[in-house]
This record gives sequence, structure tokens and C-alpha cells, in this order.
Amino acid sequence: MKKKDLFIIGKKTFSSRLIVGTGKYKNMLECAKAIKISGADIVTVAVRRVNISDKSKPLLMDYIDPKKITYLPNTAGCFTSDEALRTLRLAREIGGWELVKLEVLGDKKTLFPDAIETLKSTEILTKEGFKVMVYCNDDPLMAKRLENVGACAIMPLAAPIGSGLGIQNKINLKIIRHQTKLPLIVDAGIGQASDAALAMELGCDGVLVNTAIAKARKPFEMAEAMKFAVIAGRKSFISGRIKPNLFGSASTSNKGLI
Amino acid sequence: MRKKNKIKIIVNGKQMTVNPKYSLKNLIEKLKLPIKKIAIELNRQIVDRKRISKIILKSGDKIEIVNFIGGG
Repeated sequence: MKKKDLFIIGKKTFSSRLIVGTGKYKNMLECAKAIKISGADIVTVAVRRVNISDKSKPLLMDYIDPKKITYLPNTAGCFTSDEALRTLRLAREIGGWELVKLEVLGDKKTLFPDAIETLKSTEILTKEGFKVMVYCNDDPLMAKRLENVGACAIMPLAAPIGSGLGIQNKINLKIIRHQTKLPLIVDAGIGQASDAALAMELGCDGVLVNTAIAKARKPFEMAEAMKFAVIAGRKSFISGRIKPNLFGSASTSNKGLI
Repeated sequence: MRKKNKIKIIVNGKQMTVNPKYSLKNLIEKLKLPIKKIAIELNRQIVDRKRISKIILKSGDKIEIVNFIGGG
């Protein structure tokens, strides 16, 4: 029997390998529609203060139903382990989410992760019962260390967050793929659909896209493009590509040539 | 003699005054916040939402109320 190609994170099975961020959209309606079109069943969300002076502001939960789609609380904007831990503990309190995305930033300009604070936080959160998906640099050694302290998914950047620069270091992603059985998800830097397909062809288990959809001229069309790119890239990866050949090999037999 | 024993608290960084014996539940209700969609911290400690009616606010209390917003 054919083995089903499942996408499992922290013992939970998901149908789409595309994870979508909910930031940077014009409004909640646009965000909700783009998510629907993308087919994603995990969305990242951020934790922020409630606006107590303007309560008419719409709530994310009113537009994206957490019962129908998995919320992945993140620690966007956190620069220390303490901030990240505080944020995720609060996130868990809102709705009991244990699957979380940890990102501890180290530099405001590049938004590169602070590897040491990230490692420290991963270990603490895992001990507290969280299932931690970790944003990290595309550094195989750090990926291994994160795995050793209990990360449930490795989420290396392809390029800086929101840059749209695409995959800058294919080899590192391949090496990380080679060394881990954990879900490997490209977290940042995707600019267009072909970047997502390439990530999948490199053997990644999933791709996280936010800016490339939200800031595309046509977000809904791009959401659909990303959906198909991830499906195509995955199928291409598991189908076993041909060996690259320096010279040509005719597709048509010469038998019966006139 | 003070005219009123108003209690000064800080909610999401903003100063507020409430009456004595004001509970956290009173505050959440006054702010018309959906309790199931928020999380509350009182002086850096996460508050169990089931207990908010039992928590009486004290002068100088710092309260953080958070929810989910769009993010990547």
C-alpha cells in the first residue's frame, strides 16, 4: 500500500504544508480571505496589549476561528528570553495553546535570531510542556542544538524576515534536512511562489509565508500561488528527481526515424 | 481626610482609578473585554481567569491584558 505523505508537528497531523502569517494585511477581512485561499491550516499570531481605549477595534479571533484553524502563537518582537517566555505563557493562557513558534531576535535591522537566547528559551519552554517550533538561522550546528534541547520543529530563515530575497543558502538547508528527522520549515525570506517550491524541493516539510502574500499586489492570487507551489515542490521532492546530466538525452526514440 | 479612597492602578501602561474593593472581574467587565479571548497578568503573574472575581485590586497594581493580533 502507498504510504501517505503526512505533515506531522508535535504529534498533530496537518493537511497543508503551507503555514501563513496573519500580519501586514490591509484589514482582517483581507487576511481571513487570503488564509482561506491559501488552504493553510496553521496561522501564526502575535500577542499584544488589548486596546483599552478603542474597543471597537476588531479582534483577530472574530475573523479567524481558532476552532477551525490552528493558531500558532509567536514571539515576534521579543529580543530576550524573558520577553519570549512571558509572551508564550500569556498566549497559552488565552487558549491553551501548547504548539508555539519561538523567535527571539538579536538585531533590529536584520531581524536575525539571537541564537543563545533562542536556545535557552527552547529548553525552558519544552520543560514547561510547550511544543516549540523554533525560528533560527540556517546554521546546521545550532539546529542540532535546538533539537537536542527539545525543539519540535526547526524553522530556519531562507533570508531576513520580510525581505523576500528567497533562499540564499540551499546547501545549509540541505545539510539541516540531512541531519534531522524533525519537521523542517522555512520560516522567512520567501518572496515568490518559486521560492516556496524550491524550499520544498530541498526536502523541507513546510514553508511559512507572510509578507510575500500580504504585500503582494494581489494577495489572494499570491495565496493561491503559494498553495500550489508548496504542493508542487513537495510532490517533486518525493517523486525522486532525475540525475542531472551535463549532456542531452533525446526524449524521442530514433526507432522508425524516416 | 481624603475625600475618597480611590485606588490607582495601571492597565496596559495607562493609569486608571477605581473604587475600593474593586475586583479584577469588575475591571474586565468595565472595559467590556471578552474574557475568553484575553489573558491577564497582575504584577507580572498570570491570573487564572476563573479567579478574577476573587482578586481585589490594590493601589499600584500593574495589570496587563493581552490578546492575539495579526503577526508573522
